[in-house]
Amino acid sequence: MVSSKSNILSDEDLQGTNLAGQSARALRARKLTTIYVYEAPVRLWHWVTVASIIVLVVTGYFIGSPPPTLSGEPSSHFLMGWIRYLHFSAAWIFSVGFAGRVLWTFMGNVYTRELFYIPFWRKDYWTGLLNEVLVYAFLRKQGEKTIGHNALARTALFFCFTLTSLFMIVSGFALYSDGTGMDSWEGLVFGWVKPWLGGDLGTHFLHHWGMWVIILFVMIHVYTVTREDIMSRQTLLSSMTNGYRSYRDDRPE
Amino acid sequence: MAGLETFYDVMRRQGITRRSFIKYCSLTAAALGLGPEFVPQIASAMETKPRLPVLWLHGLECTCCSESFIRSAHPLVKDVVLSMISLDYDDTLMASAGHQAEAILDEVMEKYHGNYILAVEGNPPLNEDGMYCIVGGKPFVEQLKKVASGAKAIISWGSCASYGCVQAARPNPTQATPVHKVILDKPIIKVPGCPPIAEVMTGVITYMLTFDRLPELDRQGRPKMFYSQRIHDKCYRRPHFDAGQYVESFDDEGARKGYCLYKVGCKGPTTYNACSTVRWNDGVSFPIQSGHGCIGCSEDGFWDKGSWYARLQNVGGFGVEASADKVGMVAAGAVGAGLAVHAAISALSRARYKGDDDQ
Repeated sequence: MVSSKSNILSDEDLQGTNLAGQSARALRARKLTTIYVYEAPVRLWHWVTVASIIVLVVTGYFIGSPPPTLSGEPSSHFLMGWIRYLHFSAAWIFSVGFAGRVLWTFMGNVYTRELFYIPFWRKDYWTGLLNEVLVYAFLRKQGEKTIGHNALARTALFFCFTLTSLFMIVSGFALYSDGTGMDSWEGLVFGWVKPWLGGDLGTHFLHHWGMWVIILFVMIHVYTVTREDIMSRQTLLSSMTNGYRSYRDDRPE
Repeated sequence: MAGLETFYDVMRRQGITRRSFIKYCSLTAAALGLGPEFVPQIASAMETKPRLPVLWLHGLECTCCSESFIRSAHPLVKDVVLSMISLDYDDTLMASAGHQAEAILDEVMEKYHGNYILAVEGNPPLNEDGMYCIVGGKPFVEQLKKVASGAKAIISWGSCASYGCVQAARPNPTQATPVHKVILDKPIIKVPGCPPIAEVMTGVITYMLTFDRLPELDRQGRPKMFYSQRIHDKCYRRPHFDAGQYVESFDDEGARKGYCLYKVGCKGPTTYNACSTVRWNDGVSFPIQSGHGCIGCSEDGFWDKGSWYARLQNVGGFGVEASADKVGMVAAGAVGAGLAVHAAISALSRARYKGDDDQ
């Protein structure tokens, strides 16, 4: 991070810009640190996942509670068929995306790994977590400056997104094997969870609960990233579109 | 005692013609999903193999499995099955009683040690040392363990023996326990259902006689030929499901038109059984055909999985019974309200925050 002395623009910094030749000091312009955090595959995955989650939640809800009965001959409708088709297609996109995201942790930068584990044994994780909780309880003014995710965000992501998504993929493919057959690869790879989760009906039920965990997570996620973008010391919304995270101050702490 | 009489001998002795016998073999092949080339194999097995001794024990049960079994139409129980197998002990069907009956058990166990099939209807309650079910003056669990020790394989008839069924529903006061959790060292075929379909029961036995091996089982130990598909997969009301046409309540237009029973709690989509293909009582009907949803009686713990008339299980622990969606919506509302309050406080504290970020 740049030292706080150098964040006022100097005359040389203006070279090559439209302000070249002016006195930088009089402009009182500041130079802020920006770090490339979210690489293109991560951003693409994020928005593909957003789209698939929207489709999955809407269609999944209708699979549990179908819309009112249609009149006429069954041959002229395929409503539930389409709902299920969309659910399965979106589930495939979501799952392939998730798998690609896991692979990307081996190729991407250091922040790509934050979603997949919690640094349980590191002291700064716990102090960071406490700090963020205090910020959200209005007991502390501002959180620490973080480059990837802060400790609270990371905890929520790991439990409510990563583990829940994994559960939804495994239970989802197990339920999908109801249709493809118990000897299909879905049945062979994922079918074992059904007896373990209380049978087919129990698996449906827990899969449905998973939807509500995701819905609550999305609500909180959208709120906190917007709030952080306004109130914290770094940008969040734009960093998931262009990948750059900008910092509003250069204070070291 | 049946001795070494073959099935064919017995059938001929009972006046069944060769022609009927071959017809039976073809029907059996079809019922088991085998091609016509297996018909001679079945016939030859019937002609040459000695009858299979079967000991049929009854634990904590309601005898609905036996009631179903004796109504098998293909093959007919009267003509074939009770003669085909050598049903040496079955306390609800046998003529002898008391010490005489118990003596048969010991005799068969000794004579055919390692070669007989043990069919179990019901399950042993383990609480109070098994005293909730006494057969012949002893806890049933003792009889079960004793007879199982010499069995070649065990058939768990019905949901009681396979999963526990109603007597194992919460809170399970007698600690009724399915057979596979008591007998750990024998191959066990689960034929769940309350009761299982008659033709499924006789089909499993016929397969074992014909090929002298256990039918292919799925992960849960059920014969794949009858339990590899859901009722939903072959349901004749499935087009209404896909179209989005449901019975909303049992007295509505949809119910009269035979729409899908999904919304009134049909468990067909989560139940593995052959009801929608084999049907009941010589293929006459099955619950969905009669206008009532499947209750999922062949699935593990179906008594404890919520209402038979609702799609989603109820959630305990919320004071009143509430579905997952109600709880989820209340939670989403609470979180939404919490976020709104949090946003308001955040905005207030932000309003007091002066100056730019770099002081």
